[in-house]
Amino acid sequence: MRIASPAIEVENLRKIYRVREGGSWRGRTREIVALDGISFAVPRGQIAGFIGPNGAGKSTAIKILSGILRPSSGLVRVGDLIPWENRIAHVARIGVVFGQRTQLWWDLSVGEGLALLRDIYGVEPDRFARNRARLADALDLHAIMDQSVRQLSLGQRMRAEIAAALIHDPEVLILDEPTIGLDAPSKLAVRAFVRDLRREQGTTVLLTTHDMHDIEALAERVIVIGHGRILADSPFEALRATTLSERRLEVDFIGTPPVFDLPPGAKETERDGRSVTITFDPRQIPAPALVAHLGALAGLDDLRIGRPAIEEIITRFYADHAS
Amino acid sequence: MHNAKSRNASVSGLALYRRMAWASIVAQLRYPGTFFLQMTGNFVTTLLGFFGIWSLFQRFGSIGGWDLGAVAVLYGLVNVAFSVSETLGRGFEVFGGEYVRTGQFDRLLLRPRPTLLLLLGHELRLRPIGRFLQGAFVLGAGLWLAPHVSWSAVWLVPWAITGGAAMFLGVLIGQAALCFKTVEGLEVVNVLTYGGVEAGQYPLTMFSRWLRRFLTWGLPLAGVCYYPALAMLAHPDPLGMPLAFGMVSPAMGFVFLGLMIWVWRKGVASYVSSGS
Repeated sequence: MRIASPAIEVENLRKIYRVREGGSWRGRTREIVALDGISFAVPRGQIAGFIGPNGAGKSTAIKILSGILRPSSGLVRVGDLIPWENRIAHVARIGVVFGQRTQLWWDLSVGEGLALLRDIYGVEPDRFARNRARLADALDLHAIMDQSVRQLSLGQRMRAEIAAALIHDPEVLILDEPTIGLDAPSKLAVRAFVRDLRREQGTTVLLTTHDMHDIEALAERVIVIGHGRILADSPFEALRATTLSERRLEVDFIGTPPVFDLPPGAKETERDGRSVTITFDPRQIPAPALVAHLGALAGLDDLRIGRPAIEEIITRFYADHAS
Repeated sequence: MHNAKSRNASVSGLALYRRMAWASIVAQLRYPGTFFLQMTGNFVTTLLGFFGIWSLFQRFGSIGGWDLGAVAVLYGLVNVAFSVSETLGRGFEVFGGEYVRTGQFDRLLLRPRPTLLLLLGHELRLRPIGRFLQGAFVLGAGLWLAPHVSWSAVWLVPWAITGGAAMFLGVLIGQAALCFKTVEGLEVVNVLTYGGVEAGQYPLTMFSRWLRRFLTWGLPLAGVCYYPALAMLAHPDPLGMPLAFGMVSPAMGFVFLGLMIWVWRKGVASYVSSGS
């Protein structure tokens, strides 16, 4: 019996950019390490979130996986192909959606664009007809098939983009910021579609986003990248368990709050006039004990306890790993 | 039955080009008013250019042993050839602004087809029809006015035009390849396109020696235009090149195109490894 190989395999991938300083012809070159040896594998049929702040190396990695950038060293296999060695065969088997760029033709209608992609990818006519009908149903495209792409709203265009990336039944779908700029209903529609796609077609999905709700809704696993390295690679539930256990306490003091030490597990994160924000781990210091500690220091006017937003957790996660 | 299916599975490069070209024509004709205005403008501006040359000959009769008929043939050949390359090579002309600067070239690389084919399919531009018709008209008039026209003109005219179109297409591809290095300062290349059209309208003998060399062995404008024109007009070359040279010299346009395709491939490879 053959063990199915992963859909995406990345081994010790490095990319160093040489940037010319001071004009494009003269001046010395400086090296920028965009990827500093990252490794991971995505099994077939998994939705993996790939997140990190701007400049972390995310888009470099996405470009290498898409076959449009050659790494400095390291190995990538998508299916059994090395993307940059066999661009044409590789890109025929993947679908890519860049949230901020269109792959359709501005002057053509959605339907005409899909028909051109059929010819570009060499999709057989009956398979094309089936896929087109399925995607039009799932992404609600029937009403906009005859409209030119120029006239579409951002939400409509993104749905058309996703159809365009899937018309040739790719084994791997790379979604780069697929919900950027979309309104809430469109975001929900995109998320629901990707979930169904994985369930019904078994497509492997690599998703980059700054919207942590995308990650929460879709990804079974999150790869966090920063400064060209992988900072965390864990199932989403594990990331949630460690980070969501944190609580946030906002305290309004009577008068100016004093400078104080906090018990282990608690940390002051913000101070604004009379109010101080403290994050704490309830396993180390329960909320009542923390409140009692603060009450002994000065008079308290009001307090609120909540969970930090997921964006905040990730931001702090990056900051903690920056050193 | 099964065979019929698998035959459809892969669309040949030529068939794909036809469909992309057709889609671009549909897009251009979406605003027919704009299109016809632009085409007419194209026709009129090029006609005015020839009117300048014509009035020169009206005044002086002939210049340096060249009569109006011969100059009209040169003018017609170079303009028709250039209009064909403009029609085919629009994707290369706008490559810096529309593909490199915007990052759209990455999108192109995501399609399982050669980049040159995809850029040829960017647009089959109809607007240069104005220049084409006007150039063809002047070419016909020149052949009618010229004192001797050899029978070889029947095949030399299309041969010179395809060679010239290949050369100008090569210039556009080379210009696009240069965008991988710098998106600024590309106006310089217009010296070769529009400057080439201007230079090609005049007999080679009018230029200084170094420019003659450049227009023969660098940018082979003389090979695709001047020498074939001499051959079809049976006009001996004042510079001493045998007339038969004009029958093979349009091939130099294809050699130039091949060279530029090689440069293009180097450019794409460097883009893929530098990511910018």
